[in-house]
Amino acid sequence: MTTASATVLINWGWIGRNLGPIGDSVVEHLVLTAPPVAFGFVLSFGLALLARRYRSLYQPLVRTTGVLFAVPSLAFFALLIPFLGLSRANAYVALTMYTLVVLLPNIVEGLDGVPADVTEAADAMGYSPSKRLLKVELPLATPVIIAGLRIATVTIIGLVTVTAFIGFGGLGDDILTGYNRAFPTQIVVGVTLTAALAILADVALLWLQRAVAPWRQGV
Amino acid sequence: MITFESVTKRYPDGTVALDALDLEVADGEIVVFVGPSGCGKTTTMRLVNRMVTPTSGRVLLDGTDVAEREPAALRRSIGYVIQHTGLFPHYTVRRNIGTVPELEGWARARRDERVDELLDVVGLPPEVAERYPHQLSGGQRQRVGVARALAADPSVMLMDEPFGAVDPLVRSRLQEEFLRLQAEVRKTIVFVTHDIDEALTMGDRIAILGEGGRLQQYATPRELLSDPANDFVKDFLGEERGLKRLALIPVSEVSAEYGPVVYPDDDRAVAERSADAAGLDWVIALTEAHVLLGWISTHELVDGPMRDQQVRPFGLHVQAGDSLRAALNAMVTNQSAVAVRVSEGDVYEGLLSQQLIAKELD
Repeated sequence: MTTASATVLINWGWIGRNLGPIGDSVVEHLVLTAPPVAFGFVLSFGLALLARRYRSLYQPLVRTTGVLFAVPSLAFFALLIPFLGLSRANAYVALTMYTLVVLLPNIVEGLDGVPADVTEAADAMGYSPSKRLLKVELPLATPVIIAGLRIATVTIIGLVTVTAFIGFGGLGDDILTGYNRAFPTQIVVGVTLTAALAILADVALLWLQRAVAPWRQGV
Repeated sequence: MITFESVTKRYPDGTVALDALDLEVADGEIVVFVGPSGCGKTTTMRLVNRMVTPTSGRVLLDGTDVAEREPAALRRSIGYVIQHTGLFPHYTVRRNIGTVPELEGWARARRDERVDELLDVVGLPPEVAERYPHQLSGGQRQRVGVARALAADPSVMLMDEPFGAVDPLVRSRLQEEFLRLQAEVRKTIVFVTHDIDEALTMGDRIAILGEGGRLQQYATPRELLSDPANDFVKDFLGEERGLKRLALIPVSEVSAEYGPVVYPDDDRAVAERSADAAGLDWVIALTEAHVLLGWISTHELVDGPMRDQQVRPFGLHVQAGDSLRAALNAMVTNQSAVAVRVSEGDVYEGLLSQQLIAKELD
């Protein structure tokens, strides 16, 4: 039995017996994905508003997020160990930083992409600056912002697997365990479900992108 | 009333957009700011709703300095129309038109009612209310823009090339309709354009601005055309100043000649005498009630009263409200030296000749 399970790529029996743990991995994967994307979004939003107010900050900010993105993920987790240990916070902080490189520019470009005549009209109609942002600029920027959110989410779903090396990982843990045990079935399950999650998240956000901008249909 | 009191706008880089402008826009008038690009006309307009702040001087709205008003509230009290309409793409036409009422906190039902009313005012069918701007034609979008500006019934409107983004045919129709609407609503309007012909059509008064925002002349269209203040204004008005002026003078201002007229009971001798006296070889046939029948050639006269003669229709009728330019244009196209002027019901009023019109060109 053991030799058979080592040579067969997919051991359906094992999958059948481990549906519970596999489900737990999926949930854990989502729990590791959602907070960084949410934190990243909030942080990017604040930075985007700052960058729009003080234009000279924008390029340095974008460059900084680019540098952060260039740090290999494993190194990033290691660098944070002295401060955060092998905690969930460690994973969250590192993953959050990775979202900025996509979310910040998308929010800024999205807001900048609102046609000048529309913002001019909003001012002339008597919108206050905050109302203009909420009622006019944000709704119009939403499709671009969600496009950024799609990329960020898919990226993070992939990167979460790496947190397996600091003791988390969700489906990444299955990949790592399968590798260590030379058990291909668990690797295939981890990889396949990770990819499936990424695709599902992308499709869901794509649907949201269309749903929030009914006025865009046929533009 | 809008008053500019020695208003200057200088940008940090030293560019002067407006130089010590003194000007008054009277209630219910359309004042057109016109000039080459970079003459500060849009800047001047935006001073009124505080989208631009003057470097020095004051802008008064009914005697109150606009600087003392809260910008957003001030702007809600002023209608605003721009070239690319600035309609909110994510709002339906209904919500677009209802923008200012919504900001003013009107109840939904009152807003809806107002929107329906405005769609009718600007000549749009009710069903466009639920469409998005991108589903409309350029001309329809401009109408929605005008309706949105009118929504809270402001007494002052600012219009920046409001008909600039549509083709010439639609533009002249929108201009015409807007003037008809303005005759009813009598808003105080600042209208910006770079097109002198649009300025002449739309303006009760025109302010011609030159380089560096210097006011060159402020006058009615006819005064501008007959008495341009300087070479800049002359150049800006362009060729055919006389013809442009004719476009502004109605037929009713020229006293038409009465011409050789005959009535049904007149006989051949009367007709020949009238034609001779006028130096023509035709007479104008009228009924007893002065309704125009047509003309009779003296070469075709037969013995007997006029009712038995061969009467031919005139090719060209003009009315009191037509412009001299339109009348002249029609005469040239019809290769006719004269046009008969009639009132409603074809009552004869006189003869308009090219010579009479030419006198106005001097």
